[in-house]
Amino acid sequence: MKRIYLDHNATTSVEPAVVDAMLPYFSTEFGNASSIHSFGQRARAAVETAREQVAALLNARSQEIVFTSGGTESDNHAIFGVAQALLPAPSGVEGPVRPGTHIITTTIEHEAVLNACQALEKQGVAVTYLPVNREGLIHLDELRRAVRPETVLITVMHANNELGAIQPIAEIGRIAAEARVRFHTDAVQSAGKIPVDVKALELDLLSISGHKLYAPKGIGALFIKSGTRLRQLLYGGHHQRGFRPGTENVAGIVGLGKAAELAGFSLEKDAARISRLRDTLERGILDRVPDSSVNSANAPRTPNTANILFPGIEGEALVIALDLRGLACSTGAACSSGAVEPSHVLTAIGLPAAEARASIRFSLGRHTTESEIAAALELIPAAVSHLRKLSPTYQKSAVIR
Amino acid sequence: MSRQLQLEPLPATAAADAVPGLIAVAMSGGVDSSTVAAVLLQQNRPIVGLTMQLWNQRRLPELQGDGPAQHRCCSLDDVYDAKRVAQHLNFPHYVVNFEDEFETRVVRPFVEQYLSGRTPIACTNCNTDVKFEPLLRMARQIGAERLATGHYARIRKNETSGRFELLRARDDSKDQSYFLWGLTQEQLSRSDFPLGELTKEEVRNAARNANLPVAEKPESMELCFVPNGNYVQFIHAYSRAEGIAVNNQEGDIVTEDGAVIGRHTGVHNYTVGQRKGLGFAAGKPVYVLSIDAGNNRIIVGEDQALLTTTLEIENVNWISVAEPSTPIRGQAKIRHKHVPATSTIEALPNNRARITFETPQRAITPGQAAVFYNNLTVLAGGWIK
Repeated sequence: MKRIYLDHNATTSVEPAVVDAMLPYFSTEFGNASSIHSFGQRARAAVETAREQVAALLNARSQEIVFTSGGTESDNHAIFGVAQALLPAPSGVEGPVRPGTHIITTTIEHEAVLNACQALEKQGVAVTYLPVNREGLIHLDELRRAVRPETVLITVMHANNELGAIQPIAEIGRIAAEARVRFHTDAVQSAGKIPVDVKALELDLLSISGHKLYAPKGIGALFIKSGTRLRQLLYGGHHQRGFRPGTENVAGIVGLGKAAELAGFSLEKDAARISRLRDTLERGILDRVPDSSVNSANAPRTPNTANILFPGIEGEALVIALDLRGLACSTGAACSSGAVEPSHVLTAIGLPAAEARASIRFSLGRHTTESEIAAALELIPAAVSHLRKLSPTYQKSAVIR
Repeated sequence: MSRQLQLEPLPATAAADAVPGLIAVAMSGGVDSSTVAAVLLQQNRPIVGLTMQLWNQRRLPELQGDGPAQHRCCSLDDVYDAKRVAQHLNFPHYVVNFEDEFETRVVRPFVEQYLSGRTPIACTNCNTDVKFEPLLRMARQIGAERLATGHYARIRKNETSGRFELLRARDDSKDQSYFLWGLTQEQLSRSDFPLGELTKEEVRNAARNANLPVAEKPESMELCFVPNGNYVQFIHAYSRAEGIAVNNQEGDIVTEDGAVIGRHTGVHNYTVGQRKGLGFAAGKPVYVLSIDAGNNRIIVGEDQALLTTTLEIENVNWISVAEPSTPIRGQAKIRHKHVPATSTIEALPNNRARITFETPQRAITPGQAAVFYNNLTVLAGGWIK
């Protein structure tokens, strides 16, 4: 039996066309993109083509794209880069952040953003963590009220990894522009799934990650709007205009470029097809599993994500039960041991701990088929029903009802 | 040995219920539970490995920095060891988070008991309330019929009485039946102790023969959440972090007839039978006879006074027999290293029982368990009042 993969928000397979595009850059086209000679020039050409391809997906200019090692580095670069850019000039000494510096973010960001903000708090930066409502969306009024004269950065994720909920990024961009505050979004979960237009959204900074859009792991990009002052994160050679030193990961960059190009071609068609399958999955589960419900059901969502609450079960047990039967999905956040920790996102939307633990994420992808969804709809209700038979909490609540 | 067990998904027909014959193996990352996996695979039994994440070793930062974190139970290294064994033997393995259950059912009661002057056994609570409760339930939820662990003990169904019996291990020096007396008939009916018939040496050899990456790993002897063995330091750190009041007040050390012979540094620093740090009475060494947490006193006396012939246990679990109406003769063990002593057990109302020894026993300690045997078989167990 073939395994079914419904965990595309964790990572995707590398598209065969992407692998094909990358392969020469491991062998015949192995040049260092900084070298003068023809080997280097061919690598440089490939890197710059990829930069254009990524820029095209985001409606940016190619000189605004910096390649990184992935989403985490992009987020860190944006956040530390802005917070530490506006240094007291007179001494000319690069020191810690300017006292009073303020950043606005949300409670449901990825750890790459949350932990970067927490690190800055230790350096004296004030951080506002905007709450979200039951659907996982921030309130624009609360954002407006949070902006202060000392605010240097608003960083709000585009789409949430666990819920798929899409924040009102265009409105946030307008508020940031009016307040003359830099605006960064973590678009790791949206790029390639829904249109991302840095101009329309009035973004200064945006992070993407290769392996979430059918490119390999270990490559990502940061969009930096022209004219944005950013302190560099790494020190080294003059690669990528000094923004990001380190010999370019040419093959990875080529892969990201190709994946961005493919995403641009197929985004609309994929989104329509995948959201139809996702809706089939959700409706099927709600029909067959009593008391189940969809988290963030009323928010605008990425087309591929379904986060389902199955009261009375332990999500961890359901994920294992389904994996043993050939269906991969996820719950909560994996800690370093691989065990599951309660999700800070589900807690932030107001779910009690037991319901947060009873929620499961299914995330579909470009190659998910109708027959896979049909098979999932056989496996999931059966597994939930078996778990509930052995669950003390579900039996208890059933008796009360 | 089958090398490709279960890495293929289970048959879809197995979706609804238990997978016939599937056994979950509780894997700590140590040599014993890893060998359980190897032994079951050699018998061609389908298995799935489960490793419990029980305690975050970084939880109490003030306990950090006393020595290297090597071979700590529940450490990341142990989890990775369990994963390496599963990869080596090629069977599915998952890490499951029981930190909440472990804290509320094991760590917190351990600390609270200590603070109330008792000497608790955390491993028994962990077995009864974590391993064979939520872990066994999760094992069944994911489709396993049974749970196998690396305990040195044996389970046998008595076809006459219909009861599941708990027996001492064949390797008496490794026997862990003392920590398993709390298991119910239901729990015993779904548990396997494949090492019960093996000696430690045979287990090591089985691990070596299977080329297990943990074959030479040293054993962890200490309580897993107090890897340096310093309970008092742990109790202070945990209580501070959790806002549990600790009576640090000094108090009197008194003899049985009430004479004050010294001062103590807080009742939780003492255990029954302890000799160290008490001084002398009438020129003779004294021992802790009992701890009176309510009056903040330590009662001491001569060695002779530690000898007692009867004790009462509560929360009694009858295993190989139903609660008997007449006293039964056998042997009772009152602490892990105690040699079972000839005695009789008599059931009392409200899940209690009285054990009467033929010859007086030294330092019967409240909070420890008394386990009653008929030679190899565990008849019953309970907490010493």
